[in-house]
Amino acid sequence: MSAEANIRTLTIDEVDVSARADQTILEAAREHNIEIPTLCHLEGLSEVGACRLCLVQVKGARRLLPACVTRVEEGMEVTTHSPRIDRYRTMVLELFFAERNHVCSVCVANGNCELQTLALRLGMTHVEMPYQYPQLPVDASHPRFTVDHNRCVLCTRCVRVCGEIEGANTWGVMGRGAQSLVITDLKEPWGESETCTSCGKCVQVCPTGALFEKSRAGMRAQKHPEFLPYLRIMREGEQQ
Amino acid sequence: MSRTIVIDPVTRLEGHGKITLQLDEAGVVQDAMFHVTQLRGFEKFCEGRPFYEMPNITARVCGICPVSHLIASSKACDAILAVRIPPVAANLRRVLNLAQLIQSHALSFFYLSSPDLLLGMDAPPEQRNILHLAHAHPSIAADGVALRQFGQRVIELLAGRRIHPGWTVPGGVNEPLSAEKRDRILEMIPAAVAAIRRTQGWFRGAVQKFSAEIEVFANFPTLFMGMIDDRGLAEYYDGSLRVIDSEGNIIAGELEPARYAEYIGEATESFTYMKFPYYKPLGYPGGTYRVGPLARLNLAGRCDTPLADEEWRAFRAMSPRPLLSSFHYHQARLIEMLHAAEKMERLLADKEILDKHVRATASVNSLEGVGVAEAPRGTLIHHYKVDENGLIVWANLVIATGHNNAAMNRGILQTARHYVQGDQVKEGMLNRVEAVVRTFDPCLSCSTHAMGQMPLTVEVRAPDGSLVREVRRG
Repeated sequence: MSAEANIRTLTIDEVDVSARADQTILEAAREHNIEIPTLCHLEGLSEVGACRLCLVQVKGARRLLPACVTRVEEGMEVTTHSPRIDRYRTMVLELFFAERNHVCSVCVANGNCELQTLALRLGMTHVEMPYQYPQLPVDASHPRFTVDHNRCVLCTRCVRVCGEIEGANTWGVMGRGAQSLVITDLKEPWGESETCTSCGKCVQVCPTGALFEKSRAGMRAQKHPEFLPYLRIMREGEQQ
Repeated sequence: MSRTIVIDPVTRLEGHGKITLQLDEAGVVQDAMFHVTQLRGFEKFCEGRPFYEMPNITARVCGICPVSHLIASSKACDAILAVRIPPVAANLRRVLNLAQLIQSHALSFFYLSSPDLLLGMDAPPEQRNILHLAHAHPSIAADGVALRQFGQRVIELLAGRRIHPGWTVPGGVNEPLSAEKRDRILEMIPAAVAAIRRTQGWFRGAVQKFSAEIEVFANFPTLFMGMIDDRGLAEYYDGSLRVIDSEGNIIAGELEPARYAEYIGEATESFTYMKFPYYKPLGYPGGTYRVGPLARLNLAGRCDTPLADEEWRAFRAMSPRPLLSSFHYHQARLIEMLHAAEKMERLLADKEILDKHVRATASVNSLEGVGVAEAPRGTLIHHYKVDENGLIVWANLVIATGHNNAAMNRGILQTARHYVQGDQVKEGMLNRVEAVVRTFDPCLSCSTHAMGQMPLTVEVRAPDGSLVREVRRG
């Protein structure tokens, strides 16, 4: 197949754009500086389409589609912002906040939290769903890190970075729906995990205060997930 | 027929409270109760949280004195880490604590109590507030606002923001002080000292009019408790606790704060959510003691700064024994503000204050930690127990206002007996009952670690329980 045949042209917010056939709407949009909010997506990791914040409208499709896992197609007409899309996104955010115990004021990630930033950016002023106030454990058994399930949004970035980049596969998900929990090994305390290499990548990619470094508590710790694409490029280079 | 007077809510306090006065057949006050009607449950819902979150969580007990909780809590966490924090971190926390003392005392003195002092206990209730004060005595109100602003500004410069700053952390503070910020604080101190001096000037004249109130505003013997340094001088951040009796005898000289449970008991009464701490060797209620500005100035050898020492000597010269009337809390507050401003200046003048090593790090080395510091209202105790991973399994907070609870109740009874008589209950009389509570500057939301709505109520009740009169404002 020729290179030209691989190119698709489409419109995003009435702007003509072209993209490779294997690219997603999200990738095409970001290449053209069109902003679509995301939470579970992280450059350098595979896509899971879990958070639903990147929902966009594609002409001809009845449902809204997640931009991170929808491939571009020839002649596609994509809308990234509309009252309907904004309503859905805010509702998704409200569901995140209502599902667990996100108390920004006492959170280690306050000021450096992607969930908090999204709520501010998308103008979420209230949570209209009743809060669930689940009683979730905190696992502080690891000497350097803590996991607080109260602040977890189940984006699975930790699971993916551990498997795809570190190759340790320590993190996994157990349970279903709102009862799901990210777990280490077979739900052993993190400090007793035999597979964890204590590399800390999961902490760096966690968008909220669910995973954090103990020594940084109270320090307004900033996380650095931007290292991932470079790490990936370096690893791939070594394998060739 | 006997009756009950209810004042609900009691106004110009921090938090929500209610006073009940029980009258007999002849209309004489038989009993008085100060009810704090909220419950918050901080000690319970902290369980399961990592200990290093405690400073930030417990700071939310109060919006007026979050710094006091931050400091006591950080000290309790230091004890769990079992580290000696860098000396500069301790001094930076000291400056923060003194700034907190100034802004809180300014709030109590100017915003809450000075309307009574300047406009009179019998002034119309709609005029007894800071706004009317600003109209009647603009320069005095301006000093009050400026002093509160000074304290809050120092807190902001040091810790990043005025309310609920997150700067003090287990092991120290999370950022060193810059020379620029230090200079900005130092520049503000002379104006603050001048404002305090002006206030002391007019207060000396104003206090003459209150000799009747001084006689009956919780004027009785109790013990006094507060912190002292190793020279026996007033100390607010770290030291030992001293208990004196009403004659001025030191009955416990250097109590180890971490062992507070050995000498402080907490009694409960069914009419209020606020507990009644007492000095264990003397039992309850015999071991009733007072804390806060009056207690600290009664029991300390002196303040330890020149201007404040001068004021302290004049203050203590009023009586050969400790001053027993709680009315003197007002004057004690002014002296402490002066002391705090001078002490801040001294601490900041030391070059070491800019040292960059401001935090010690460690993991859990002790499964239990106690942190004690002097809050504006008195001794504040945080006590935590953790599991080996550092998750809180038990917490106890003994709050400054709580220590004064028994004395406040007795003070209300004393004042009410004097001013409230039978059928002729005038508003100004009930205001005096509220004013005696204000001398203690209680923080009710802290004292119960409670939640709910603000202000306080006075009730006058008959022996049969029927309500005679209720004053409700706010």
